[in-house]
Amino acid sequence: MPLIKLNDRSIKDVTSLPFGVGTLVHIQSQTASNSASISFTTGINSTYKEYQFYFIDIHARTNAVRFQFNFSTDSGSNYNVTKTTTLFRAVHDEADAYTEFAYSSSYDLAQQTTFAFFGDHNNSSTADKNAGGTLTLYNPASTTYVKHFLTQFNNYESGGYSVISYGAGYGNTTSAINAVQFKMASGNFDGTIAMFGVL
Amino acid sequence: MPLIKYNNQSLSSITTLPASIPTGKLKLISSQTASNSASISFTSGLNSTYKVYKFVFSNIHSRTDAVDFTFNLSTDSGSNYNVTKTTTFFRAYQNEAGTDTALEYGTTRDLAQSTAFQIIADTMGSDSDQSGSGSLLLFNPSSTTYVKHFISTFQNYQGDNYSIQTYVAGYGNTTSAVNAVRFQMASGNFDGTIYLYAIDNS
Repeated sequence: MPLIKLNDRSIKDVTSLPFGVGTLVHIQSQTASNSASISFTTGINSTYKEYQFYFIDIHARTNAVRFQFNFSTDSGSNYNVTKTTTLFRAVHDEADAYTEFAYSSSYDLAQQTTFAFFGDHNNSSTADKNAGGTLTLYNPASTTYVKHFLTQFNNYESGGYSVISYGAGYGNTTSAINAVQFKMASGNFDGTIAMFGVL
Repeated sequence: MPLIKYNNQSLSSITTLPASIPTGKLKLISSQTASNSASISFTSGLNSTYKVYKFVFSNIHSRTDAVDFTFNLSTDSGSNYNVTKTTTFFRAYQNEAGTDTALEYGTTRDLAQSTAFQIIADTMGSDSDQSGSGSLLLFNPSSTTYVKHFISTFQNYQGDNYSIQTYVAGYGNTTSAVNAVRFQMASGNFDGTIYLYAIDNS
């Protein structure tokens, strides 16, 4: 066993601690710049029981398309995990003429392998329009249970609406999920996605 | 150079760890505690260093009964808190008697292109044991390209003895960098601690 060397005010050569330091461990960030998709194909494994994705300034290059995601159980060869989901949203326009708070029956999935929506249309009609939000994925490496997830996504919708969407569901598979892909329903997008593990 | 002291099973005075050790990325920027205070303002630490910031509210206690807890953004380092916002607001509640429940949108508590303070916890109670706690995510406040999204959740022991959960989201409709945030009651003072974290590497 190597000696631990004291190096000024740090501990050199220590590679692990018997306790967690903090709650979030940054695994990877990727930035889309007029990109078709972003895929996380490494780092999703049994190391962490919870993963958090943060979406920063997601901006569609095609107007009125929805941001979406899917899972893979074969390291990204296919993104087609069966999912059953819910999605509800609150909407308010800048003119204060319209509000909505409702379940979004056209945005949910029932045992489907298609991509799941984060919410309403993202749009490119104005340069300052974008979206931000999070996705939490629980224990993707389990080979016993289905894979639950929660999303929250606030979007500056075309026409001048603030739309907050809350989604949830499960990947209905007992295979380990080891990759996640994000993309627009059509066209390219900009933005940064950061993936963290939770200790 | 001071000696590193061995303190039972820990090492005191250590200020850094090797890069090989995974360290937390929920980084505390600052915290402030209100004690019968009119407001708390964060006027430093919000910049381009981080892309996601998280405020955590611990035991916010209103000194005046049944008033709202609110926030606003600043683009001039706190000289003015008046960023235009469009927001949504919905809540779930139940009273202690179990006779009144609802899940509803709050049309009088959202904002439409308004510079007013946004409610994130409504009609907070001032009884000695009443308080509220929650969090607010703020995305990329230093952007000079996009609007500034935020998402808040708050649980509150309401003035008429209700449990109220509020969900607020929206955007600061500005392409100027947001560099300060203020929290205050709609009227009167409050107690409690607010923590400002950054999601490091975001």
